[in-house]
Amino acid sequence: MKVYLDNNATTMVDPLVVEVMQPFFSEIYGNPNSLHKFGTASHPALSKAIDQMYKALNARDSDDIVFTSCATESNNWVLKSIFADHIVSGDKNHIITTEVEHPSVLAACRALEKEGAKVTYLPVNSEGVVEPHVVRSFITDKTALVSVMWASNETGMINPIKEIGEICKEKGVLFHSDAVQAIGKIPVDLQDVHVDFVSMSAHKFHGPKGVGALYIRNSQPLSPLLHGGEHMGGRRSGTLNVPYIVAMGKAIELATTNIEEKMASIRAKRDRLEDALLELSDTFVVGNRKNRTPNTILISIRGVEGEGMLWDLNNGQIGASTGSACASEDLQANTVMLAIGADSELAHTGIRLSLSRFTTDSEIDYTIAHFKKAVARLRAISSSFAKVGPTPGGESKECELHHH
Amino acid sequence: MAKNDLLGASLWDAYSNKVTTLMNNPNHQGEITEEEAAAHGNRLIVADFGAESCGDAVRLYWEVDPKTDIIVNSKFKSFGCGTAIASSDIMTELCIGKTVKEAVKITNIDVEFALRDSPEIPAVPPQKMHCSVMAYDVIKKAAGLYMGVDSESFEEEIIVCECARVSLKTLQEVIKLNDLTTIEQITDYTKAGGFCKSCIRPGGHEKREYYLVDILRDTRREMDEEKMKAAADAGSKGSFESMTLVQQIKAIDAQIDESIRQFLIMDGGDMEVIDVKPSDDYIDVYIRYLGACNGCASSATGTLYAIESTLKEKLSKKIRVLPI
Repeated sequence: MKVYLDNNATTMVDPLVVEVMQPFFSEIYGNPNSLHKFGTASHPALSKAIDQMYKALNARDSDDIVFTSCATESNNWVLKSIFADHIVSGDKNHIITTEVEHPSVLAACRALEKEGAKVTYLPVNSEGVVEPHVVRSFITDKTALVSVMWASNETGMINPIKEIGEICKEKGVLFHSDAVQAIGKIPVDLQDVHVDFVSMSAHKFHGPKGVGALYIRNSQPLSPLLHGGEHMGGRRSGTLNVPYIVAMGKAIELATTNIEEKMASIRAKRDRLEDALLELSDTFVVGNRKNRTPNTILISIRGVEGEGMLWDLNNGQIGASTGSACASEDLQANTVMLAIGADSELAHTGIRLSLSRFTTDSEIDYTIAHFKKAVARLRAISSSFAKVGPTPGGESKECELHHH
Repeated sequence: MAKNDLLGASLWDAYSNKVTTLMNNPNHQGEITEEEAAAHGNRLIVADFGAESCGDAVRLYWEVDPKTDIIVNSKFKSFGCGTAIASSDIMTELCIGKTVKEAVKITNIDVEFALRDSPEIPAVPPQKMHCSVMAYDVIKKAAGLYMGVDSESFEEEIIVCECARVSLKTLQEVIKLNDLTTIEQITDYTKAGGFCKSCIRPGGHEKREYYLVDILRDTRREMDEEKMKAAADAGSKGSFESMTLVQQIKAIDAQIDESIRQFLIMDGGDMEVIDVKPSDDYIDVYIRYLGACNGCASSATGTLYAIESTLKEKLSKKIRVLPI
């Protein structure tokens, strides 16, 4: 059995989504900006996709939802254009974000710092959540933007976006949220919450890779990131990616219709998996389940290094993910793990399992059995569970420095 | 960056078959107890290196024959990724049958080499080379415990890059010899910094005592100082044209003191250097006669000629002496 439990990285494209894309490759292929029928033939499907997006997010007609190539583009667009519009050409100098954002926010902020922006990276609490009073305490009259992710890709923890939105509204500061991990996993109602900009990506909710969107509240000004042929009302140039836009509309509709019901089913499987894994000794899961996206588990298994665990899971045809430093190109420990700060061991023993609506009960059973087997094997090898102690003087200091 | 780098390599695909096999089924995983070692009349040595909170930890067990100092059996326990487990496993294999003194000579490079499927293809991708360093460190520690000495006494030189085993001295020499100016060049020439990258600058995978950025900066500074000193030395040794004006005046004064002034004073006269004006063809030295020289007929002919030829010979052929 093959089990895919890395749905926070990307998801399978729903076959129903693939189906709606099909006509827009070789049948209806005209440029939607052309005047002829080849071009305009795509308009009904595009309008439908736009309607599906607005409905799924409960956006107002006065708002914009602009299709982009991915959430990385959407995040970069907001940060770089706010920098250009309000810091370079305005009287602001400050952006607030968090330590646990996606690299497309963190790296963009670091680039803006080099260009002269002041950026505050807010800490998270031990649950991995940004506390509203912390946001409030860092806002100054020079703050141009607050950017806080809706839900964490690593932990699944959900930030108090509504409260932070109210603070930003009260303080007159623009508010952006990277909602990539929230949309399709929890209800996102953009009339209930005050957010100026929201980034999203289709491939996280069973749409294809290569298409995302940016919600812009009340069609407010934001200089374009891409200049060109004045597509999307001049907000984002580039020939419309018709099949992918159509797909994103369908995907968001499928993901958000009866979301509570769908999520209850995923949540039940997730909770069953989590409970079973927590039967193992010396394990813990980050974050309260109630405030977590219903598909995500970040579990720490003492004595088992993350990449080693991933290896054994992979041998059992299970795809998961780790924030372990060993698994990264530069051996840097995961910033999210470190930011939670609860336990430095977590940075090396965390395994993330993320389910989808396609995850089955038998897959969960298989995963539980194989996971426990892998933990048993690796703990048998692990020095953390060794019985014979070191020769006096042979003990290890914490992270010793080589050859002082 | 080029075509082959566009799609990041898959970490696990870069592991040798040996790494994969040993990760899945390590041969020497386990423990040796005090009782077992004692039953064979051997000494048990158990050494730890690293910690779970640092991401990797290894415990090495040696059963050493006290009569011959030969490691007759060895096992390991490891908290770490696949390559850490495979490196630990091959490390124990390399230790068995060697004397403790021989084992101390095993480096992380030997460990990595033993994990290769074929001699020319690395067993692990660059960032994983770091895992083999633990093996090297823990052997030193075990040997220190057995011999009752500090494990650092086995180190003859300061190693800056543990993964590639490049010493401080080598780095300084290579930077100077090849006039290196960037970290990338250092990595190209020595491989230092090409693996786990901890030694490049602070903030990497582990804390280091020496960082390449500092070594490069300090060595470059030293090179600059040497260059300046060399230039100054060259000046004092006769490269008169390349001196600064002040240096030129000082050099002329020194020459006059050494070979001219005494003769003028003998005749009741003296001279002083007023100015030096270099042009393309000449270096004009303006002088003023003092005392008896002032108004002496020879001061515009014989004496002047003697001064000029002395300065020409000792300092520069371009010198022209002009009395004012």
